[in-house]
Amino acid sequence: MELKETPDQFYQPEEKQYSYLNLGPTHPATHGIFQNVLKMDGEMIVESTPTIGYIHRAFEKLAERRPFYQITPITDRLNYCSAPINNIGWHMTVEKLLGVEIPKRVQYLRVIIMELARITDHLICNAVIGVDTGALTGFVYMFQQRELVYEIYEEICGARLTSNIGRIGGFERDFSPKAWDKINRFLKEFPLVLKEFENLLKRNRIFIDRTVGVGGITAERALNYSFSGPNLRAAGVDYDVRVALPYSSYQDFDFIIPVGSNGDVYDRFMVRQEEMWQSLNIIRQAIDKLPDGPFHADIPDFYLPPKEEVYNNMEALIYHFKIVMGETDVPKGEVYHSVEGGNGELGFYLISDGGRTPFRLHFRRPCFIFYQAYPEMIKGSMLSDAILTMSSMNVIAGELDA
Amino acid sequence: MISFLIYKAILVGVVFGITLFIAAYSTYAERKVAAFLQDRIGPDRAGPFGILQPLADGLKFIMKEEIIPNVSNKILFVLGPSIAMLTALMAGVVIPWGSTLVINGETYSLQIVDLNIGILYVFAVVSIGVYGIMIGGWASNNKFSLLGAIRASAQMISYEIAMGLSIIALIMMTGTLSLREITELQTGAVGSSWNFWNVVYQPVGFLIFLVCAFAECNRTPFDLPECETELVGGYHTEYSSMKLGFYLFAEYINMFISSAVISTLYFGGYNFPFMNDLGMDQNIITIIGTIGLFIKIGFFIFFFMWIRWTIPRFRYDQLMNLGWKILIPLAIINIFITGLFGIL
Repeated sequence: MELKETPDQFYQPEEKQYSYLNLGPTHPATHGIFQNVLKMDGEMIVESTPTIGYIHRAFEKLAERRPFYQITPITDRLNYCSAPINNIGWHMTVEKLLGVEIPKRVQYLRVIIMELARITDHLICNAVIGVDTGALTGFVYMFQQRELVYEIYEEICGARLTSNIGRIGGFERDFSPKAWDKINRFLKEFPLVLKEFENLLKRNRIFIDRTVGVGGITAERALNYSFSGPNLRAAGVDYDVRVALPYSSYQDFDFIIPVGSNGDVYDRFMVRQEEMWQSLNIIRQAIDKLPDGPFHADIPDFYLPPKEEVYNNMEALIYHFKIVMGETDVPKGEVYHSVEGGNGELGFYLISDGGRTPFRLHFRRPCFIFYQAYPEMIKGSMLSDAILTMSSMNVIAGELDA
Repeated sequence: MISFLIYKAILVGVVFGITLFIAAYSTYAERKVAAFLQDRIGPDRAGPFGILQPLADGLKFIMKEEIIPNVSNKILFVLGPSIAMLTALMAGVVIPWGSTLVINGETYSLQIVDLNIGILYVFAVVSIGVYGIMIGGWASNNKFSLLGAIRASAQMISYEIAMGLSIIALIMMTGTLSLREITELQTGAVGSSWNFWNVVYQPVGFLIFLVCAFAECNRTPFDLPECETELVGGYHTEYSSMKLGFYLFAEYINMFISSAVISTLYFGGYNFPFMNDLGMDQNIITIIGTIGLFIKIGFFIFFFMWIRWTIPRFRYDQLMNLGWKILIPLAIINIFITGLFGIL
């Protein structure tokens, strides 16, 4: 049998010869399932073609078949490094649709949880920047602190990574004294570790050489791509949803929005680092100001009644049944709510036609947007830079592909 | 003659055994040091305090399935780790592990061969080591391996120049290439003779040599050939079982040899302060000296690990800049200054 000559797709007769490197889908540096086909000239990246959709799980479609409260676990799987922000963002979206008044205490508790989640998200990102530059030790110390936060989640909702924290209307139960102990312990221990970690890398000459001027993006390009969150702030735009469109009583707290100048890896690292300090600050303020009151809003249509009521009270039993079966009435309407997620503006666009499920739900996922800019950001840089750029943007596969 | 051969054979066996033993326990030490620096426990399952961990690791390496990729060049694929291991083991021959022992009126030198070009021999052998990495990386037929191999060879070649130049200053000062003579010139350190260790006379040369030694051993911050976050496994991406073990092992042996060379050249080798003033027997001095040498080596091995678990690694172009634009000019200036002092 004669072998048929097939034209090599990469063969370029006149041009310079380039090599092609598959970065991913399984590569130790791509934290998740990403694929990038890099066209390389030695170690320089000439062009890159990212593939999106390796772990596409059709969340938006799934959400159209589920009652509102069952959508919370789906949001967990978006940015799993800061799952509680996604959960609470979704709860707030539904509450906005229902037009419910949320007690101050719930709002403050949510702020505490969301800021803890922001800290975990940023600390993973920054620790991983350290790992990708080769400094493994900081990572271990930071991860130990993440464990403390997960213990707090565990105390509040029973779960850790995919937290499914809270309910539509508030929390399923108030924070236990043990949870407060753990929060206080974290507030006491974390600043020390964070300071140590910062000292390890912030002024390290090799680290600065590796990160300054690497993977930069100008503010204009970032806005054109519709960047948000730390990556946009690192480029010098002080846009933060917590301040621009305050939700959950963020207007009650004093905090600074750190802003970078170059939008490079070092700026992103430093912005995240400073945001962790600010988050700690916000948590302290929230604990100081925490008002008394109920830990959930009065929405019998959505908030499960306590078990004693269900067993002894006809009304409560009916509500319980209706909520669990997803048969409660939902107003018609169209709602957009966004929260400042770990990575940027996490938006929920919800259309309800009055049925038991959303008619359409769209997640505005910041990672999806960052990843579009990735080929542009790594063009002309070296392989090592590409990996640092990816980890410093904190692109999370779950959020990218939904 | 026969007794001479027997003594040399024993010495070769002992040096070989100690090299392997220390390399094996370096892996254990590395994990323990990493654990210590990272606030962890480290290996503690195999034996008390995990002391049998190297044996368990070795056993695991041997028991693993051996995979040779179909697309690889099979002969070279096997040759790569062999060369790496062989050259790593060869360098220990010229290092003076101790002074002389006098038994029944006969003197036994604790050095396998006292070559009059000992330093050149070490350089030559260590330089061949990069062939193991290049051949392995090329034969794997994997782009990550190839990138790792290219990085390794470029790095080794550029850093060897700075290393050689830093040594030249030392040789200008001592006037000999023999490692034993260089060691003997540092005898006494403190005490009657006031021969200081070379590090006192050659601090810049020592620093250059140390940095280059890191690069030669592919240790952080110069571990680009195998940096896992970029190149998966670098040149040994495709290797499995004991062939992978050989590569990893060769790295630890290189680290041991580098530490030994640093100790010999700059830290007095087997000499220790007041060695001639305490009125001790020659044999006892020799034994204490050998122990002292191993303590120095141990410190440098720890230093290698300490650095590895503390600081980030360079980028490829920065590594080249450091080598060519900083270390080599610095080494040349060092030679110049040494020459100036020599004339005065």
